[in-house]
Amino acid sequence: MGPWAIAVHGGAGVDPNLPKERQEEAKRLLTRCLDIGIVALRSNVTAIDVVELVVKELETDPLFNSGRGSALTENGTVEMEASIMDGPKRRCGAVSGLTTVKNPVSLARLVMDKSPHSFLAFSGAEEFARKQGVELVDNEYFITEDNVGMLKLAKEANSILFDYRIPTIGTCGAGATMDSPLQMNGLPISVYAPETVGCVVVDKEGRCAAATSTGGLMNKMTGRIGDSPLIGAGTYACDLCGVSCTGEGEAIIRSTLARDVAAVMEYNGLNLHEAVDFVIKNRLDEGKAGLIAVSKNGEVACGFNTTGMFRGCATEDGFMEVGIW
Amino acid sequence: MGWAIALHGGAGDIPLSLPPERRLPREAGLRHCLDVGITALKAHKHPLDVVELVARELENHPHFNAGKGSVLTTAGTVEMEACIMDGKTKKCGAVSGLSTVVNAISLARLVMEKTPHIYLGFDGAEAFAREQGLETVDPSYFITPENIERLKQAQEADRVQIDYTQPVQKEVKNGAAVANGDSQIGTVGCVAVDVEGNLASATSTGGLVNKMVGRIGDTPIIGAGTYANHLCAVSATGRGEAIIRGTIARDVAAVIEFKGLSLVEAAAYVVDQVPPGNAGLVAVSSTGEVAMPFNTTGMFRACATEDGYSEIAIWDSPSK
Repeated sequence: MGPWAIAVHGGAGVDPNLPKERQEEAKRLLTRCLDIGIVALRSNVTAIDVVELVVKELETDPLFNSGRGSALTENGTVEMEASIMDGPKRRCGAVSGLTTVKNPVSLARLVMDKSPHSFLAFSGAEEFARKQGVELVDNEYFITEDNVGMLKLAKEANSILFDYRIPTIGTCGAGATMDSPLQMNGLPISVYAPETVGCVVVDKEGRCAAATSTGGLMNKMTGRIGDSPLIGAGTYACDLCGVSCTGEGEAIIRSTLARDVAAVMEYNGLNLHEAVDFVIKNRLDEGKAGLIAVSKNGEVACGFNTTGMFRGCATEDGFMEVGIW
Repeated sequence: MGWAIALHGGAGDIPLSLPPERRLPREAGLRHCLDVGITALKAHKHPLDVVELVARELENHPHFNAGKGSVLTTAGTVEMEACIMDGKTKKCGAVSGLSTVVNAISLARLVMEKTPHIYLGFDGAEAFAREQGLETVDPSYFITPENIERLKQAQEADRVQIDYTQPVQKEVKNGAAVANGDSQIGTVGCVAVDVEGNLASATSTGGLVNKMVGRIGDTPIIGAGTYANHLCAVSATGRGEAIIRGTIARDVAAVIEFKGLSLVEAAAYVVDQVPPGNAGLVAVSSTGEVAMPFNTTGMFRACATEDGYSEIAIWDSPSK
């Protein structure tokens, strides 16, 4: 039907002062994950299998905020969430509040394939995981020293910046407080580090798929569910495209970002690049976010209104690019 | 232009032969809730307050699948979820997995207004409710004998039932009380617009009969079961999994915006895209129009507009 294409991301909103070694580490990981996806696509693995494969790799590596290396809740624990969507028939699966499942994206896949539901959370999801025999580990496995340090900084920052983070009804768009480009969700960018991961793929048959996985917002309230497991917000795939988002979860939810990319293509006839541009420019209001997307025609696009987004993309004609800024 | 309000008590396979003892209390409930909403709009309450108020009334009513009267999980427990959204600011709040909070919609509102987040679930949501001093009760408060029976029937049939699924045809020995086991109740929701064009949507539910513990449906997912922006407010009901995949509530607004359809056309278009028997919705527009399409046998619903029109219905009305 057409050429394949793949894109991956490791989060939108990057500290401009991120040390060079961290930047190189991130680019190496993105490259490695792209390569895994490319090899699979060349072997005719279907889009849905490729996105799961690639996101599993991102979860397992402690670098980004998913699986091992997840951000911590206010209690210092890890609660992970993920979703996956298959463009043909728009089948989907999502999970939230996971504390022992090694690869959340794979559990999301099982929810899609092996349960009568689309979304399972907390103890119910963990129980399902046990019954499905997926790999389970202690919560400590996911916690890294880096993040324990970050949590401490976040708590200090939050005690000063708490008011900033709560928008008040009626002042939306008033611009009374200019968004500092170095803050997201009220935290200094060096502490915020969203680093949700995701992958979108279109295979040779023109099938699109998308998957997103995260530990969520640093210092989040326990029980907080973000955009990553919400179909239409953090993840979406249909006949036309596959989309995975990252950034300020609340902004992505309220703007149904992933669905909107597909909606402007479907209802307005925009092509992938136009749709991505439109949505990033017009749908986020004061929110900060980024996304990657592929279309059934083998195009790939990314857009972000943040300072940087860890990303990589490749297409069948040999094009490949990994970047941060 | 003018204010408008619409509310629902669930869409599904509501049999035309619904006996009076199951129909009348629900019609009375719809009428009561509609009156509560109309009074509030006439008193110039903000639509956000109106939809929360009406959703609370629907939650308290034991014959609808929300709050008291919620359907049961496969473990015989109640896990409630709700969502509220303000059209002008697109601020929203959602909760899932509640078992002791009397009014889930009010907790959703508090998540929206008192936390930096949009969505809290399960233990974290319950803890937040206590912190906020919301009314909580023993979980048994929500459980009704009808729902214990529905769960039993669903487990015997070994399937998950959406609202109003007809019971499996069992041999009826004496023809009495056949209606007892069917799941003739549904999700609740309310949408409202005031004379200034402020819009809001609220949805609340116990979910699916015999659902897996931890299952989240469409109700708390912004864009699926609940949505409001500057154009319209939408609350959906039916098979959660189909509503999620179809991003129903968001699509109504998107179709108005991008295809230039009216509210009624957009709402009908979106419901038509969902496999038959799976969905219904209520919606109001910024200019005071109302739409209540469904592709199921029926949908408990009611609406009213400032010009004096009002309607309470279950099945297709002749004017549809």
